[in-house]
Amino acid sequence: MSLLQELIHQTQQTFVQPKYSAKDFQSDQDVRWCPGCGDYSILAQVQRIMPDFGVAKHNIVWVSGIGCSSRFPYYMDTYGFHGIHGRAPAIASGVKLARPDLSVWLVTGDGDGLSIGGNHFIHLLRRNIDIKVLLFNNQIYGLTKGQYSPTSEYGKVTKSTPHGSVDHPFNPTLLALGAEGSFVARTLDRDPKHMQAILKRAGEFKGCAFVEIYQNCNVFNDGAFFTFTEKETKDDNVLFLEHGKPMVFGKEKNRGIKLDGFTPRVVPLGDSVSQNDLLVHNEKDSTLAFILANFSAMEGMPRPVGIFKAVERTTYENDMELQIQKAEAKKKGDLNALLRSGQTWKIG
Amino acid sequence: MVKPLKNLDDVTIRFAGDSGDGIQLTGMEFTKTTALMGNDLSTFPDYPAEIRAPAGTLFGVSGFQIHFGSTEIYTPGDQCDVLVAMNPAALKVNLNSLVDGGVIIANRDGFDAKNLKLANYAVSPLDDGSLSKYQLHIVDITKLTGLVLTDMNMSSKHIDRCKNFFALGMMYWMFNRPMDATIEWIKSKFAKTPDFMEANTRVLQAGWNYGETTEIFAVRYEVKPAKLDAGTYRSITGNEAIAWGLIAASVKSNLELFLGSYPITPASDILHELSRHKNFRVKTFQAEDEIAAIASSIGAAYAGALATTTTSGPGVALKQEAIGLAVMTELPLVIVNIQRGGPSTGLPTKTEQADLLQAMYGRNGESPVCVIASQTPSDCFGTVFEASRIALKFMCPVMFLSDGYLANGAEPWKFPNADDLPEIPVSFRTEAEGFFPYSRDEKTLSRPWAIPGTPGLEHRVGGLEKQNITGNVNYESANHELMVKLRQEKIDRIANDIPLAEVEGDTEGDVLVVSWGGTYGSIKTAVTNKRKEGKSVSHLHIKYLNPMQKNIGEILYRFKHILVPELNLGQLSKVLRFKYMVPTISYNKIQGLPFKSVELEKKIDEVLGMK
Ligand SMILES: Cc1ncc(C[n+]2csc(CCOP(=O)(O)OP(=O)(O)O)c2C)c(N)n1
Ligand code: SF4
Repeated sequence: MSLLQELIHQTQQTFVQPKYSAKDFQSDQDVRWCPGCGDYSILAQVQRIMPDFGVAKHNIVWVSGIGCSSRFPYYMDTYGFHGIHGRAPAIASGVKLARPDLSVWLVTGDGDGLSIGGNHFIHLLRRNIDIKVLLFNNQIYGLTKGQYSPTSEYGKVTKSTPHGSVDHPFNPTLLALGAEGSFVARTLDRDPKHMQAILKRAGEFKGCAFVEIYQNCNVFNDGAFFTFTEKETKDDNVLFLEHGKPMVFGKEKNRGIKLDGFTPRVVPLGDSVSQNDLLVHNEKDSTLAFILANFSAMEGMPRPVGIFKAVERTTYENDMELQIQKAEAKKKGDLNALLRSGQTWKIG
Repeated sequence: MVKPLKNLDDVTIRFAGDSGDGIQLTGMEFTKTTALMGNDLSTFPDYPAEIRAPAGTLFGVSGFQIHFGSTEIYTPGDQCDVLVAMNPAALKVNLNSLVDGGVIIANRDGFDAKNLKLANYAVSPLDDGSLSKYQLHIVDITKLTGLVLTDMNMSSKHIDRCKNFFALGMMYWMFNRPMDATIEWIKSKFAKTPDFMEANTRVLQAGWNYGETTEIFAVRYEVKPAKLDAGTYRSITGNEAIAWGLIAASVKSNLELFLGSYPITPASDILHELSRHKNFRVKTFQAEDEIAAIASSIGAAYAGALATTTTSGPGVALKQEAIGLAVMTELPLVIVNIQRGGPSTGLPTKTEQADLLQAMYGRNGESPVCVIASQTPSDCFGTVFEASRIALKFMCPVMFLSDGYLANGAEPWKFPNADDLPEIPVSFRTEAEGFFPYSRDEKTLSRPWAIPGTPGLEHRVGGLEKQNITGNVNYESANHELMVKLRQEKIDRIANDIPLAEVEGDTEGDVLVVSWGGTYGSIKTAVTNKRKEGKSVSHLHIKYLNPMQKNIGEILYRFKHILVPELNLGQLSKVLRFKYMVPTISYNKIQGLPFKSVELEKKIDEVLGMK
């Protein structure tokens, strides 16, 4: 038995898992985000759902990059790794590949994950390493005090773009789908119930699960998502995706989405159009997921939130382990045999 | 006719041709056979950076040099005694490394008008008498190869591919070596293509027969086995030795080996080799770039693996921020750097020793890292094993330096028995009572390795400054200074855990030649030659570059002159001057090539003459 196997074995023998509450996941560190920051809500929802997974605290690792959001692991009473800017996906990959027995979660910001870490981000998704990725999207750089980010809208005026940004933004959900993400979802910092439901689904998903969370940075980009999060405007502008359900939205539930060829259209429900005519959400349909993710770029379309896609496929660490087991079954590693392999000769 | 056998102590042969001519393979086969005959040897593959450089060009020449003998061999040889030139470019590029009176075997068919023009020869050097000071043998290698294979219905392209075996056969005859090992290799390599098996075997045999029957070679040579220590040997390259050394460290520490890597010449072969040994539970991860490679290794180290990342100079440049993270989080990590010519992409396939300062100082902040360098191809095994031991014992990143010359060079290795290798004792912290992530071992100052999955030890690490003991984020000024000093002190204390340096030769005298890394062999040869002449010259090879062994200063102070030859502008020199305040004499070569012993001997003479 390797040292690691011994340790895992030993703890399984002796550890009796307590029944956790949200409090058990709060570390002893002071939370230091600006008052009113959307990050607080995300932290609270995560702590609330963590007990539901039935995973022992010591088998959970939170990994992050650098940014306001990336302070997250300090506030979780689990194992944690606050990495370097943009590299959290790679650090988390190493943790998970070395230790498939651990539950690995990753926190990143839109700057951290999509700017400096864009490369690592797409590769994590395509490999499908079983890591839960929470991208806190506030469409701004918080920690460095308010420069535009890769998700900021074209023309955004910030300290580094006093004349307006001439960068075109990424749509993280579309990017995640393009990177072959197996599980792609979006939720809102100001909708705790929705967030809990989505995070739970992500946590239970076997494979890489990506969740974009619209997060309000009340200091540098206040209200960026208010259209989608505030009572007055939310219902008319957000489409809540539910698997198997027709796509209805609006305060009066009186509008729906129909497909016109490949083009989605908003249609009023009434005499000529019934719910039966509407597009039905299907998490297993990745083409549909692309169409939905693209709503953001289309005038007049509601913003979809929920699970765009959830399609299981083999995970990287599983395949890696299978190859190892196959190689071991064929011939277990023997250092002497290795040293003597090939041609050797004797002298004297 | 029995041709006379002439005895030689040592010989250097250089095979040279187009990069598509199979020169490296020819050299490797000759090397394998020579090793099996019990000679000591050293090799130097020298090939262009282009994958398929245009045929016949001067920059497309691929060379393989082997120096073998009945005495101990430390270098691939300054000059060659025999040059096999498959075309004019190969001749032109390599002629200056042939000794006067040396043997040239030229493939006449390669010297056609087109190739002569490509090599800028107005007239063929084979005909104009310009090679009269050498023993020139012109052989129609391509034509003869074709004749041997006339009945085989092979395309001329395929026939052409076999011609290197004709040259190899001739060399086997000339140096009286058996062909069995190569024939075995051909059989296994071409098991699925019996035509090629037959063709290559025939051509090899034909080359041998050519030597036996023609009149052009008057003598053949005998190089008796070397008097090496009794034992079982194998041939190994530096990169293979690194891969195996890491596996050995994994076995001896009872940890799983994790490699995060991104392909780069000349380090890729370590990734290739480790990927083949999944039966040791080795996990190899080909990351999307160097930063991801090292970051994944850091994650794996945090999670309890023996973690390593392999690369070359430009890759290390990218990894530096992450190395700082490993310094800050005090995690064990072996960073392997196979140095090559720089800066930037530099000379990808050529050797250089210019990453010492990058290894020691190439990061932001006070960021001390243990640095250790291998000195010969086979030494890579023990040195990377030692790097792993230090990383695990002191919970710190260790930079292991090798170079292109060691990476591809091969030598006979009296490999150890697995049971004789020391255990690497490792224990994970499991006791929750009194646990602090940054509490320290009194002796080594290392912190406990508390890995995820251990109940009660939940804690957070990261790149922000840590409060000593608790590991909490802390920006207090006094704490930062304390932590900077503790991290430095921890590295310094490694010096208590390594053997003292030993001088080869007298421990005091006129000149001390100080070397590090892959120049060991040439410098040792030069110093040995000078000592044979009765000169007051000694040799100090520094394997541990940071921290240095405790007695280095003492040794330096006992010599009148300190000569530091390096394949850079004087990086070790700088370190020695700064650390020990000694006036060093730098001797530098930055040509992508190793030192020649004669160059060094000349320099030593010059220093000996200094007042
Ligand atoms: C190598 C490196 N470059 C730059 C920085 C500075 N930096 C820290 S966080 C950050 C951007 C953070 O933005 P985002 O990821 O959106 O996170 P937020 O703070 O908004 O949560 C930058 C540029 C750094 N820490 N390291
Ligand atoms: S700067 Fe913005 S993102 Fe950062 S903590 Fe403050 S409100 Fe939150």
